[in-house]
Amino acid sequence: MTLFNYLDYVILPLLSVSMILTFIRFVRGPRVVDRVIALDLIITTGIGFITVFSIRSGKELFLDVAMILALIAFLGTVAFSYYLEKKA
Amino acid sequence: MKDIILILFCTIGTLAILFASIGILRMPDFFLRLSVTVKASTLGVGFLLAAAAMVFPEVFVTTKAIAIGFFLLLTTPVAAHMIGRVSYVSGIALWKGTQLDELDGMYDEEHNLKSDHATENFKARENS
Repeated sequence: MTLFNYLDYVILPLLSVSMILTFIRFVRGPRVVDRVIALDLIITTGIGFITVFSIRSGKELFLDVAMILALIAFLGTVAFSYYLEKKA
Repeated sequence: MKDIILILFCTIGTLAILFASIGILRMPDFFLRLSVTVKASTLGVGFLLAAAAMVFPEVFVTTKAIAIGFFLLLTTPVAAHMIGRVSYVSGIALWKGTQLDELDGMYDEEHNLKSDHATENFKARENS
């Protein structure tokens, strides 16, 4: 089994399953803060997905997208927590 | 040999992310969910980025992958601390099996720590 077959048939499906499980919590989450951390985990899983896809396709330009996503996840969580504290 | 190390790193990282997602689905409490999510997902993405840093031969790609990992390692605990503090002071209920709550009664109505009242910083902020 080559590395690319392993990435195609094991790693990427497992990452997809974990993203689906997190999305169930994102839909069900009883409060806003549960949804905020579920969104944070979805974006973090997306960074891992993009990294594995960039290994698979051999194009290193996708890592730029991962960097921007990491920045947006941090800013989103901080903005949500500031807003929730002002509201409480 | 290189392929075996890459497969090992990708497997460990993916399993850590999978355990984080199972934890966020199954844990009974917001704070337990937060604890599971932050640590395990940072570990998993760190392993995946280490694999990406090894697989590309150019120096700038390795530097970029290490920079993403460093940035995640720096910002994720800050974001988790902020959202955890907000959820605690806004009164989200703890799990009924929680044994010890060391922050109980330590915050005043303005969401400041009561032990901060004696310090100079707090007085300066109050006066301004």
